[in-house]
Amino acid sequence: MSTQTTEKDASMLKQKEMIADHFHALAHAKKNGKKVVYTFVPGNLTELINHFGLLPVLPEINALQSGMRGKSAEYIAIAEKAGHSEDVCTYVKTDIGMLKAGNIGPTGEPLPKPDLLLLSYTGCFTFLKWFELLREEYDCPVVMLHVPYQADGAITPEMRDYVVGQIRREVIPAFERLSGVKYDEAKLRAQLALSARAEDDLVWVLESGKHRPSPIDAWFGGVYYIGPMFTSFRGTQDAIDYYRLLREEIQERLAQNLGPVTPDGPAGAERYRLVVEGPPNWTSFREFWRMFSSEGAVVVASSYTKVGGLYDRGFRHNPDDPLGTLADYCMGCYTNLNFPQRVALLESYINDYAADGFLINSVKSCNSFSAGQLLILRELEKRTGRPGGFIESDLVDPRYFSAANIKNRLESYFQMIEARRTGARP
Amino acid sequence: MNVFVGIDLGSTTTKAVVLDADGAILGRGITNSRSNYDIAAQVAKDEAFTNVRFTVLRNTLEESGLLGGGLDEFWGLLTAAFELEGYLGHLDRLDVHCRDELGRGHHGDLTLPLSSALANIVKRLRDEAPDLFSPGRRARSDFFRDIAGAGFVNAAGEIAKAGGPPFDRIVGLFDKSIIPVENESDGRGFAPRLSAAFSRVTSGGTGDKAALRQLLNRAMGAELQTIRLVGTGYGRARLPFPKDQIRSEILCHGLGAHLMFPNTATVLDIGGQDTKAIQVDRAGVVTNFQMNDRCAAGCGRYLGYIADEMNIGLHELGPLAMQSHRRVKINSTCTVFAGAEFRDRLAAGDAREDILAGLHRAIMLRAMALLARSGGVRNEMTFTGGVAKNPAATAALRELVRENYGDVTINIAPDSIFTGAIGAATFALRDSVAARPVQEVA
Repeated sequence: MSTQTTEKDASMLKQKEMIADHFHALAHAKKNGKKVVYTFVPGNLTELINHFGLLPVLPEINALQSGMRGKSAEYIAIAEKAGHSEDVCTYVKTDIGMLKAGNIGPTGEPLPKPDLLLLSYTGCFTFLKWFELLREEYDCPVVMLHVPYQADGAITPEMRDYVVGQIRREVIPAFERLSGVKYDEAKLRAQLALSARAEDDLVWVLESGKHRPSPIDAWFGGVYYIGPMFTSFRGTQDAIDYYRLLREEIQERLAQNLGPVTPDGPAGAERYRLVVEGPPNWTSFREFWRMFSSEGAVVVASSYTKVGGLYDRGFRHNPDDPLGTLADYCMGCYTNLNFPQRVALLESYINDYAADGFLINSVKSCNSFSAGQLLILRELEKRTGRPGGFIESDLVDPRYFSAANIKNRLESYFQMIEARRTGARP
Repeated sequence: MNVFVGIDLGSTTTKAVVLDADGAILGRGITNSRSNYDIAAQVAKDEAFTNVRFTVLRNTLEESGLLGGGLDEFWGLLTAAFELEGYLGHLDRLDVHCRDELGRGHHGDLTLPLSSALANIVKRLRDEAPDLFSPGRRARSDFFRDIAGAGFVNAAGEIAKAGGPPFDRIVGLFDKSIIPVENESDGRGFAPRLSAAFSRVTSGGTGDKAALRQLLNRAMGAELQTIRLVGTGYGRARLPFPKDQIRSEILCHGLGAHLMFPNTATVLDIGGQDTKAIQVDRAGVVTNFQMNDRCAAGCGRYLGYIADEMNIGLHELGPLAMQSHRRVKINSTCTVFAGAEFRDRLAAGDAREDILAGLHRAIMLRAMALLARSGGVRNEMTFTGGVAKNPAATAALRELVRENYGDVTINIAPDSIFTGAIGAATFALRDSVAARPVQEVA
């Protein structure tokens, strides 16, 4: 156990250090003359932001961190007091509440105000309203990157040109004005080459879930693994180092035929292999995870770990086509896929990862996830014959996480898988 | 006799079912879940065992031919007298707990007047009891707390009005004592209670008493050996057995419905605080289920709340709603809002039965949404849970299923409240069979 903990610690410590450094840089941004860009996870242009020496802030990540730190209830209450309805996305309210409570970030250091809001609204229309609110709060400019939805299940050349055009004509000039730095295509190519290297390792890690037993939990553990790639570190040496360490650790677990490491230590025997659709709940994250791990349920693949890119479907940032590849990346994120694409993706996960079933966590906040989930459930049951489960909670509003009921549903679901496996005994 | 037991601990009631080795139902027991699940499980199990002994006794009596054509009449008297004995036993305990409460010294000058009021009430309840448990009489509720509570409150009202201690103070004695009473199982056990009931029935001097007494003793002495017990229900995490003897209520309801109606494809279970829509395969194995996690609107408790608002018994709601000729449209399935909507409608001049009919439909609309989520209503559908006993709820369900899914057979067993416990008991039996070493075929 001690070796495993140490191995786990190496990549975790690395990530922790990267996050601490980043938030420290943010805390001192104004003093150091650094400009700050707020943007969203799906379809983020991290390489481009870093390219101009700008510092990215991701409000969704701050909101989920607030949820994990037990602060979101307080922040949501502040936002509701300010007039935001109970039905508004709880990421938005947590962010607004955090701002009004002094904008202290997840590491305890203050967050700087944005100098620019880069609104890339991939698959989530609430993003528009969110940055309208921040624009009011901070009185700063917004640059809009409109990412067309894959309504017909494909990225057409016109869609690609449209996004490239926006990056070239609107995003880059705005970044140049803000930073005083000229766009340098050769430099961007080098950054994108670094992105692709780390992406290879991330995909390797995620696909290790195909092994039996799976050495990773691709949802509860997966959210940590996607952290650097989906946030501020893509295209940096730090990200490469992190994923290298992580890959080595998982490789070691694979060699020893070990399951994932859970909050309570190494997992017990793998009894149920699941594919999960939807985000996790953050306010009771460990308790929620424990409801799975205590029953021997392991998530072998999830859609949530694809919100910041479908790397496992072959996409890599391509240094040979820097702006085109950024456009492809933005349009290829999970929530920008149409429903047939999502169903096909989940179907292939269920088959490729030899899952016993698939489970949907329907969160109250998120329309870009929740809309159509019942249809997905029905369709997947039909196509795979594997049992589907459905639970309801929320991202960061603890009022919508009813632990006793969710535990009850999950246990019933696992027993249903078991009963179907053995068939009805006479 | 070897028996297999299933216990379904619900939020409102706890049910127990006892099966024999062939899977035939021998006995059932039900009690209110109270605050103590362990006691509730024990009481329900005791009741089910009592029920088993009655089954054995009935069979013995039939075989003996001792009573000839008078068997049914005797049986009606004996079972009613047995219920009465149980009630009187609880009444004794209520008296003891109320007196303990009075003895705590909290009541000052009111101690004596309260003591005399209590004596008066207990005497009245005793005197009225035989009438309440006369054969063929339908009780307002199955539970002591409801039956005794109604009489206690009425008597307290009259005593207070006639210049006795304040109403609240008298009723306070009941409120403080009822939980301790419920948390004791009937100390006398089955045999003395049956014996007392027998003496009560045969005091008139009919039939061959000695021969009957002998048969009774035989039934009372029957050995019941629990081979395996499986628990399920909302309170299952609190059941005092190992984890492998605990099954999800979804699986138990699915299997129980299948056992009662083998062609069941869809199961709707409306319990006290959740509604389940379940799809099962031909063997009764659950293939899909849906329940609400974020909100319990439209569950059985909704009806309980409305009954409280109207100050009538839960059993009376459905029959009252069935008298409606002009159903009122009720939108809210939120339990708390429904109370407000109910009062609002009354104030607007709508009849109680019409509002109630609307409330029943509102519950079923909510259930329809859940059914749709789980994959719709397939033929045949079985409706289970406490709410399935309510005629207005089942009528609303039939209407909505016909409107949405056409001609579907809807099964409702009279004892549908035991569905989960039947499933659990069957799992107990199957587990036991599966655990038995395979015998070599000679």
